[in-house]
Amino acid sequence: MEYEAVIGLETHVQLKTLSKMWCGCANEFGAEPNTNVCPICLGMPGVLPVANEEALRLTALTGLLLNGRITPFAKFDRKNYFYPDASKNYQVTQYDQPSTLGGFVEFELNGGMGRVEITRAHLEEDVGKSTHFDRFSGVDFNRAGVPLLEIVSEPVITSPDMAYEYLNALKEILVYGGISDCDMEKGMVRCDVNISVRPVGQKELGAKIEIKNMNSFSGVRHALEYEIPRQIGVVSKGGKLSQETRRWDDVTGMTETMRSKEQAHDYRYFPEPDLMPFVPDEPYIASIKACVVELPLARKQRFMRDYQLPASDAQTFVWDVPLGGYFESAAKASKSPKAVANWVINNLRARLTETKTTLAEIKFPPAALAELIDLVDSGKISSRIAQDVFAEMFNTGEAPAVIVQKKGLLQVSDTGAIEKFCDEAIAANPKSAEDFRAGKVAALNFLKGQVMKLSKGKANTNLIGEILEKKLKA
Amino acid sequence: MAAVEIDVNYVAHLARLSLTPEETQRVSTQLGNILAFIDKLSEVDVSKVEPTAHAVPLVNVTRPDVVTGSLPTAEALRNAPTKANGLFVVPKIVE
Repeated sequence: MEYEAVIGLETHVQLKTLSKMWCGCANEFGAEPNTNVCPICLGMPGVLPVANEEALRLTALTGLLLNGRITPFAKFDRKNYFYPDASKNYQVTQYDQPSTLGGFVEFELNGGMGRVEITRAHLEEDVGKSTHFDRFSGVDFNRAGVPLLEIVSEPVITSPDMAYEYLNALKEILVYGGISDCDMEKGMVRCDVNISVRPVGQKELGAKIEIKNMNSFSGVRHALEYEIPRQIGVVSKGGKLSQETRRWDDVTGMTETMRSKEQAHDYRYFPEPDLMPFVPDEPYIASIKACVVELPLARKQRFMRDYQLPASDAQTFVWDVPLGGYFESAAKASKSPKAVANWVINNLRARLTETKTTLAEIKFPPAALAELIDLVDSGKISSRIAQDVFAEMFNTGEAPAVIVQKKGLLQVSDTGAIEKFCDEAIAANPKSAEDFRAGKVAALNFLKGQVMKLSKGKANTNLIGEILEKKLKA
Repeated sequence: MAAVEIDVNYVAHLARLSLTPEETQRVSTQLGNILAFIDKLSEVDVSKVEPTAHAVPLVNVTRPDVVTGSLPTAEALRNAPTKANGLFVVPKIVE
């Protein structure tokens, strides 16, 4: 019998705010233990938490970036449990009325497209961080109360690769939208994996196994690569799986039981009496809509479609948004967007790095780059000279046509003049001429170089080749 | 009104309380009385009242995202039974 995996992911992401969710302590990684704490995030009695408006805004924005909707009424609830890293003995979360519902994430997968539907993205708070010693554990509450977004996917993921690509796409969107820095090293993204297997064609889901607290995407992939065959192995031998929570061990590359259903938590959710519901009005939602940016994949596809760029160039402009913006300004003025992309990626970017210049400090307008490419395409200057013109443009900001004229750099396409240079080059290098006639094709390139040198870089490359070959074969 | 049956041992476990059999008996009666008392609410006709999670008619109570400062670490740890290196020291967490 054939089996299939059904996977759903709960992804926790720390929001990019200055302060914590309910208090004015700094949301900051790496501070000395228990320096960013106050009576509110330490869960002292009698304190009053107040929601961080920026965290609510980022949550709503995430909903839209993930193609979901902002709900008209959201509230907070208490999830009750005892654990040393939870200062209040409950975690504030959104249980039945979250800030956003629905949506989907699209991504490239094995040469095609993948898509994962989103159930919801809701706002909650992070807990403290424990460090374990020989006989005790130590708790640092700096992280307690940091705004945490939980993004829940539908159970529609079918393979470790699909889970991996989904997570990467999700991360890219969140970084793009300014929602979170998603720094994995700093624990800003953590993942719970829900996985079950069932015979292909069966509707009912198998027993749900949860793998908790994964802190790397490759870890999720590895855990699934282990867990799917393990479950199929049990079921196909007639065994029975029961609902449980497992832990992934990076070192052994295996999962192991953490707790079974019998020990499952009973969280006794109830509305958080200290926090008022959130009811966004139309102007608020409109202001969030105005912050929706073009998603990375859409941008990549648009660059490939509108400018006929190869995927690698398009991806460069996805990673470097300002550079992509600059490219677009130049490409709009040009007939050869691909040439513009080459200049921007290979020449301009290198010069910017070398000279520590920012895009805003560039002395020539983007259209000047298009003009330079036009000069090459129309045969007015050689591509070799174009490099010099570019360097000059970069230093002075002068228009390419002006530089070409001032320095007399127009390409020589006068056959007579080039023939003269060719004759000189052949006369000066009889050995190379001999070699070429004897069948060494590379010798031609050397002679071409010599002609180019004699013309001070101005001779038309194509003509040099043609004339040289004609003369040598004569 | 019939008292609501509750599993006192289960609730005690959730609250991490350990009760003697006598206490279990006493708490059971008390909780039963409390629930019976609360149950009086079901006598009120609420068919025309919207359900709500809050009795206060307030929404959108927020604060700007501004860092306003924290407690000195010594002050934050003052009530901790045990502390070391700026950390709250707790029994070893194993799960």
